[in-house]
Amino acid sequence: MDYTIFILALPLMSFLLLALAGMKMSHKMAGTIGTLSLGTVTALSYITAFKFFGAERIDGVLPTSTPWNFLWLPFTESLHIDMGIFLDPISVMMLVVISTVSLMVHIYSFGYMKGEKGFQRYYAFLSLFTFSMLGLVVATNIFQMYVFWELVGVSSYLLIGFYYTKPEAIAASKKAFIVTRFADLGFLIGILIYGYYMQTFTFTPSEEQLMKAGMVLPWALGLMFIGGAGKSAMFPLHIWLPDAMEGPTPVSALIHAATMVVAGVYLVARMFPLFIGFAPNTLHIVAYVGVFTAFYAASVACAQSDIKRVLAFSTISQIGFMMVALGVCTATNPHEGGLGYMASMFHLFTHAMFKALLFLGAGCVIHAVHSNEMSAMGGLRKYMPITHITFLIACLAISGIPPFSGFFSKDEILTACFSFSPVIGWMMTIIAGMTSFYMFRVYYGIFWGKTNENYEHHIPHESPIAMTLPLMILAGITVVAGFIPFGHFVSSNSEIYDIHLDTQVAVTSIIVAVLSICLATWMYARPTQPVADMLQKKFSCLHRAAYKRFYMDELWLFVTKKVIFRCISTPLAWFDRHVIDQFMNFMAWATNAAGETAQPIQSGKIQSYTMWFLGGIITLTVILLLH
Amino acid sequence: MEIEIHVIHYLIISTVMMFCGIYGFFTRKNLLALLISAELMLNATNINFAVFNRYLFPDQLEGHFFSLFGIAIAAAETAVAIAIIINVYRNINKVLTDDISELKN
Repeated sequence: MDYTIFILALPLMSFLLLALAGMKMSHKMAGTIGTLSLGTVTALSYITAFKFFGAERIDGVLPTSTPWNFLWLPFTESLHIDMGIFLDPISVMMLVVISTVSLMVHIYSFGYMKGEKGFQRYYAFLSLFTFSMLGLVVATNIFQMYVFWELVGVSSYLLIGFYYTKPEAIAASKKAFIVTRFADLGFLIGILIYGYYMQTFTFTPSEEQLMKAGMVLPWALGLMFIGGAGKSAMFPLHIWLPDAMEGPTPVSALIHAATMVVAGVYLVARMFPLFIGFAPNTLHIVAYVGVFTAFYAASVACAQSDIKRVLAFSTISQIGFMMVALGVCTATNPHEGGLGYMASMFHLFTHAMFKALLFLGAGCVIHAVHSNEMSAMGGLRKYMPITHITFLIACLAISGIPPFSGFFSKDEILTACFSFSPVIGWMMTIIAGMTSFYMFRVYYGIFWGKTNENYEHHIPHESPIAMTLPLMILAGITVVAGFIPFGHFVSSNSEIYDIHLDTQVAVTSIIVAVLSICLATWMYARPTQPVADMLQKKFSCLHRAAYKRFYMDELWLFVTKKVIFRCISTPLAWFDRHVIDQFMNFMAWATNAAGETAQPIQSGKIQSYTMWFLGGIITLTVILLLH
Repeated sequence: MEIEIHVIHYLIISTVMMFCGIYGFFTRKNLLALLISAELMLNATNINFAVFNRYLFPDQLEGHFFSLFGIAIAAAETAVAIAIIINVYRNINKVLTDDISELKN
């Protein structure tokens, strides 16, 4: 499978081409180059997936392969950083997800970004992002993963700040970069501990190397999870993701919904055997963080009025689901406690599709009404039929209504949770209910309710085919993806696992979802919303807190500005300015003064030199005589 | 009465010459006078070489050779020094040490 190198090389080439020569190209040409290279990458990914999953199993396990690997930085015999391509079930699955969503976004952006200033730059950054994300998932070792991890961080930064004349976008891009970078510090320390004690960066250390690590391994894995939590917007490092919605909507769909934000989940899945074998308690922490994040984000999503913000919080909540599913695993056997791994990866797959669909649909709506606020929408179903239908499909999928894909993956997650602990199982079921509630709140807010009076001045219209085509394709995938025998491709120990629905869990989750949808319909589908308004008045305090995201941003600001800056940074700055700098100034001053003092000796008068010379001789003579 | 010329007499002369040279070197301001003083000092050492060789080690010749070398070096040094002094004089029209203390330019 030597051709897999092109999966990485093509987006890189197109990035370089567009970045260096993009300004000389027309918009159409730049977009076509980006889309064509991505189309080829998608085709190659599908071929790879077809070959990989179609290969004959050895001992019931799909054979992994490393078609490319070269030594990049050798430190010692066993400790070296390689760059290469590693194919195993989850990396191949991720290749398919990333290339599909990325291709859809490339096509969609033709319509969405039409006539936008910096169109070529936009496509260049999309290519850079796709390259980095693909490099991340096929990484052969933890350090390569880290390198590409930072690259996706930087491309995310560049794309959030795409509208660089908007102060909010600049602030959001900086926030995203700093918060994720802060979390990545944990990741880096984790990697260094891992490399230092085990003398290797590979994902599969030998027994002997594992023995060397011993008690340190759980700490290394925990620190790596902090990096993953930052990228995947786990509480309390989630604060950057809602703000990241300042970027163009297709970017939000690609980076901040479908691919980059699941990198943390992917990281935990990648280290899964080590987590299970050596750090089960760390894995449980992952689960609890996931449960809390899912709940927190779902409750905030219920009160947001900006549709992209709702989707952002729903993304955080869904990633929480994936983390929980990984966290509740207790063994690598999918039949006994390892189900969550498969469920998590399955949900990652389906979620990428339907959440990209939701974001792209939201992009169409924003394109039509020129606002993110729900107050500027309402009754759009007559004007935008295709967007309406596809958005509805995605809402049904995320709510977990059969036969849409979200039902199957979420059901597996809930089954895994129930088998670990009924408390977590019930909590996740309730959060799933909240998910359907807030999604349908958004759905009714956009497409139903009172027709907005602003439409008289500016009639909303359905988006061009370049934007609706990706919607239809993704909707198609969302409808059928649930029937993919996912357990045959990906499972915790790579053996075949047949997905079977747990009737009790499935029925419960369907009932909860349907009830939530009914509640949302009752509250929000009518032109006026007396119940919602009444509740908002009655619990104004709670609503306000949820609208303000439970003041997490303010808390962070307090911690950074008031505590860290004032109590640590200011004294440190004082110390630096007054002690370290002053010491250096003193050194310079002393040297200068010494020079000034010694200068007159060099007078240029020969006879004064000879006097010194004579004085020296006499001194030496006296010393020698006295000796 | 016959006066025997002994080592000490030679040494008195060479010492006088040496200190005359040193004194001249420190006090005179003219570069040519400085050069002459330096020659005096060199010749004082040459006398010492020859005398020590003649009286203390009559069978050997190293001292004589050394004084010959000293004369040759003194001649070379004088040539170089006079060349420098002439050039300095041509450029700035001065031969006194106080006038040529400028190090730069």
